Amino acid sequence: MKPYKQTIILALSLMLLPLSGFAQTPAEKGLAIAKEIDKRDEGFGDSTAELTMTLKNKAGRESYRYIRFKTLEVKGDGDKSLSIFDKPRDIKGTAMLTFSHPIAQDDQWMFLPALKRVKRISSRNKSGPFMGSEFAFEDLGSQEVAKYHYKWMLDEKYNGLDCFVLERRPAYEYSGYTRQVVWVDKEEYRIQQVEYYDRKNSLLKTQTFGNYKQYLDKYWRPGHMDMINHQTGKSTKLLWNNYKFRVGLKESNFNRNSLKRAR
Amino acid sequence: MNIKYILLFAAIAFAISKPGNLIASTGEFTGYIATEMRLFPESPASSQQGDGQVSLSIQPEYFKDWDEGKQSFTFVPYIRLDSMDSQRTHWDIRELTWVKVGENWEVRAGLRKLFWGVAESQHLVDVINQTDLVDSLDGEEKLGQPMVNVSFMGDNGTLDLFLLPYFRERTFPGEKARLRTGLYIDTDQAQYESGAEKEHIDWAVRWFQSLGDWDVGLSHFSGTSRSPTFNMGTDSDGNSVLVPYYALMEQTGIDLQATKGAWLWKLEAITQRSQGDRHQALTGGFEYTFVGVFDSAADMGLISEYLYDDRGESAPTPMESDLMVGMRLALNDEASTDFLVGASIDVNQQNFNVSLEGSRRIKEDWKLSIEGRIFIDPPKEDPIYSMRRDSFVQLELARYF
Repeated sequence: MKPYKQTIILALSLMLLPLSGFAQTPAEKGLAIAKEIDKRDEGFGDSTAELTMTLKNKAGRESYRYIRFKTLEVKGDGDKSLSIFDKPRDIKGTAMLTFSHPIAQDDQWMFLPALKRVKRISSRNKSGPFMGSEFAFEDLGSQEVAKYHYKWMLDEKYNGLDCFVLERRPAYEYSGYTRQVVWVDKEEYRIQQVEYYDRKNSLLKTQTFGNYKQYLDKYWRPGHMDMINHQTGKSTKLLWNNYKFRVGLKESNFNRNSLKRAR
Repeated sequence: MNIKYILLFAAIAFAISKPGNLIASTGEFTGYIATEMRLFPESPASSQQGDGQVSLSIQPEYFKDWDEGKQSFTFVPYIRLDSMDSQRTHWDIRELTWVKVGENWEVRAGLRKLFWGVAESQHLVDVINQTDLVDSLDGEEKLGQPMVNVSFMGDNGTLDLFLLPYFRERTFPGEKARLRTGLYIDTDQAQYESGAEKEHIDWAVRWFQSLGDWDVGLSHFSGTSRSPTFNMGTDSDGNSVLVPYYALMEQTGIDLQATKGAWLWKLEAITQRSQGDRHQALTGGFEYTFVGVFDSAADMGLISEYLYDDRGESAPTPMESDLMVGMRLALNDEASTDFLVGASIDVNQQNFNVSLEGSRRIKEDWKLSIEGRIFIDPPKEDPIYSMRRDSFVQLELARYF
């Protein structure tokens, strides 16, 4: 009778593991949450989306960027993506092809329409500003579990939602951050807020997510993301539109030929 | 530009594109209009030449796709009006292209512009499009090239086949222009090795592949060289002039880039057979990027390339054994401000010239660009000797629509 009882307890605790974190260290619990976030995004196949960026400087003057994204899910590796720049008009037709990898450097090519030139670019440093905005390349890149070391910190309410609060430290040597603090709601595992700490471990930026919508009855995507830079007073708002899933993108949509005619 | 052939080719591309599709629904209309001002602080070497020029250029672009994006039509005319140089006042069709995309192939027909290679200082392997030299001294501006191109994509790379049925002559500055050869180049008398002249059918093949950190391209071109040599001649008034001579050539080239961390290692090499002689040339170097320099968001790239031509001083290019060093600064700000400063040093003759380029966006749709070049004491034997007094500064303001 005794062994039977033990088995039941073990089975029950295993079932509860990812949720309750029973008998877990904060690191294990953090990793389990990150894996759950990732799992809930698995199988989307491919997607397209449109992005409007509004950059606001300290004086409040705004400038805009319009970008379209095409993404292909790659099993066992980072996603492939194509970003196409529509505005500002002087860079219209510029496009970027990225094969992301969880730990290794991404492969990245840029198409410059005026010269019709495809340039392989160094992707080592992803801490630089994306299009002059407060978002760094690494903030917008494919979010793979292996990109960070995790630690669960506490549970608290954020905007009325029960959330896990995690700390994640970039595994990548050339990241611009020492750590990030992430609020994830317990119900749907959607990221609600991220605080970015710079290399000197000072609070650099806060990113908030809002207007989440569910697609294909499974995949949650935010309608907007706002980034505030506490050190410069500048901010960037991202407005996501027209999310589409499983539109039939293939490997052949993500090569140098397709980069050249991306528009 | 020989209108007859260009228009014939354009008409064919247009016809395949099914004009009905183009008219049925509107496409995308973009482009720019720009004014440019160039000042030459030094008096010219010849009294015919002027001290400054103002010019206006327009490059609209029409694009339309259909068949779920599998077919597209692009039309990019170009026109420039110049106050000093009648040769620089010219028009071109940069693109007039029909493209059809299949599962692992693409067909592209019409007038097109393309780029091969990896280097910054010169483009040895890039031999398909003719240089529009009147537009820009750096040789980066190109004329539209009539072609039919089939591209096959596979796991073993991409193979491109080109048929190039018509030749475009290089443009050269006119008599009154600065930045020209000592003797004026009389393009009206251009000569060809091929009896078919401009109608010689050239062909080319290119394969490229990305293997991990490496990007590799191999290419072969067979046809009339885009770079002319020059013969002495006289114009209708009996003045001595230079007459461009376009020889046939067979050129095989390789271009390689290794992307290792913050380093880009680059190599382009060619072997060319022309008029019974074979010669080799290469460009090799690196680019290294420092990020977040001066405690800011700016990136600074250091570039250095060595240029070699085994014909030595007799090479019809000013770059026979030269070293180019450059620095690129991108501020990564809202206005996308960037600068490129470069110097090219002739290793054997110890002369050099310096160039500066910079640009930034103004408001949403404007862009201001600056360019300057300083020629420092070129020796008499150097092809750029004739430009010794042509150091200049240039400002361009463009409005994008």
